[in-house]
Amino acid sequence: MKEFLFVFRADYKTMPQASPEQMQANTQKWMNWVAGIAAQGKLVDRGNRLMSTGNVLKSDGIISDGPYTEIKESILGYTLVKAASLEEATALAKDCPILSFGGNVEIREINAL
Amino acid sequence: MQQDNLIPHLFRTEYSKIVAVLYHSFNLKQLEIAEDIASETFLKAAEVWSIKGIPENPAAWLYTVAKNKTKDYFKHNAVVEKQVREAKQLNDIEAAPEFDFSDQNIADSQLAMIFTVCDPGNSAESQICLALQILCGFSMEEIANAFLTKIETIKKRLQRARTNLRNGDFQIKILSEAEIKTRLESVLKTLYLLFNEGYFSQTNNQLIRKDLCSEAVRLTYILTENSLTNTPQANALLALMCFQSSRLDARISDNGEAILLEDQDRNLWDGELIEKGNHYLVHACQGNEISKYHLDAMLAYWHTTPTDKDKWQHILQLYNQLIIIEYSPVTALNRAFAFAKVFGHEKGIQEAEKLKLDEHVYYHSLLGYLYAGINSGKAIHHYEKAVGLTKSRIEKQTLSKEIKRLTEKKAAG
Repeated sequence: MKEFLFVFRADYKTMPQASPEQMQANTQKWMNWVAGIAAQGKLVDRGNRLMSTGNVLKSDGIISDGPYTEIKESILGYTLVKAASLEEATALAKDCPILSFGGNVEIREINAL
Repeated sequence: MQQDNLIPHLFRTEYSKIVAVLYHSFNLKQLEIAEDIASETFLKAAEVWSIKGIPENPAAWLYTVAKNKTKDYFKHNAVVEKQVREAKQLNDIEAAPEFDFSDQNIADSQLAMIFTVCDPGNSAESQICLALQILCGFSMEEIANAFLTKIETIKKRLQRARTNLRNGDFQIKILSEAEIKTRLESVLKTLYLLFNEGYFSQTNNQLIRKDLCSEAVRLTYILTENSLTNTPQANALLALMCFQSSRLDARISDNGEAILLEDQDRNLWDGELIEKGNHYLVHACQGNEISKYHLDAMLAYWHTTPTDKDKWQHILQLYNQLIIIEYSPVTALNRAFAFAKVFGHEKGIQEAEKLKLDEHVYYHSLLGYLYAGINSGKAIHHYEKAVGLTKSRIEKQTLSKEIKRLTEKKAAG
């Protein structure tokens, strides 16, 4: 089994402004998906969400408040899974709820040090 | 109570107390010495009571005899004289004539004994056997019956476990916070497994199952009675045990068949135990900790709550959290069942088939159940696989009945 990183990206601006009920429903969808991976014994680390604010430090010493002015999408969070192949890992990502909000999942094999 | 019944009954309740108190009061190097004295005490009770009748307070009588036998042991046993010096001096014993069999000291000694027995150096199975023998006063035969194992196997397992205990030289004299922390997790796990051994036991003997469950409850209760071990996790575990125990009578039919929760006669559920479960669950939820025991207890709570439209949604979310904390095939399968309850059988089948637990009875009986209204052929196929895998005669009967029903339905077209 190889390990893979799922990187979740979406545009914060286009994310739906959800009511508390919708938020709860979204959380449930997310949990159903992650737990579905765990139920196959393929979850390594459920990972975390990222706050929407952050800094980007560049080589010239300039600090900007995040990459959002330059690119539309930003990283919302990450999860670690294990799978036999990139194809299998990609299949696990298929039902990720972020896809229904116009976001995407990048699937990368971990090259362990 | 007749004498014939009284001695076995007292043996169950008092033997482990005497062993625990002796072991901790006298720092006896070897557990076996405490056990020998306790056994001799009961032997003497059998002799004397058959002639003179049962004393007014049998427990107090036993404590006095145990105390005198311990004194004799220190006085006359030259072989262990060296150990006596290492242990408490004889004078100390006589200086403290009130041999402390107070409720408080019994509870403290038993608590310390629980921590001694649940040595993570021993396998979980061995820890359970030791707990049953030392903490619950079970005979080797009773343990063998509970595990459906030969006495010889249990004997060997206990011998190895005891050797490890001796070599480990772990002994809690006074419970300190640091020592408790290092072992509490292992203690809770052993008590959890002891309970499950009773609750999910392969044996059809309902008495053995109840005994195991009630002993696990008793020992966990001791944990919640001491401020050092009265943790949210211990309360969650006790809540779980109360909820599960409340259904013990309802989940087995008169002929020993397991009855699914949905089909159980709710009048047989023990309301008092459900109340206790609620009580400990509330205590468990003080603080932010959500352990595996919390989730299990909350699941058991929802299972005893028949009337909530979102019941299965709640149950699914709890299984989601549980499977993320700790993977187990059983949790994965239970989760798939809850998934089917929320999203329907077709989606449930998709979710279940991803699990690929081809060697598990429940994987096939679950798929059989989910396919039953959708595809009789596939349902029969999975039920037949389950029949081939199960070791339980009663489960075989139940599954075969379903196969017959589906085959007839299929033929009728």
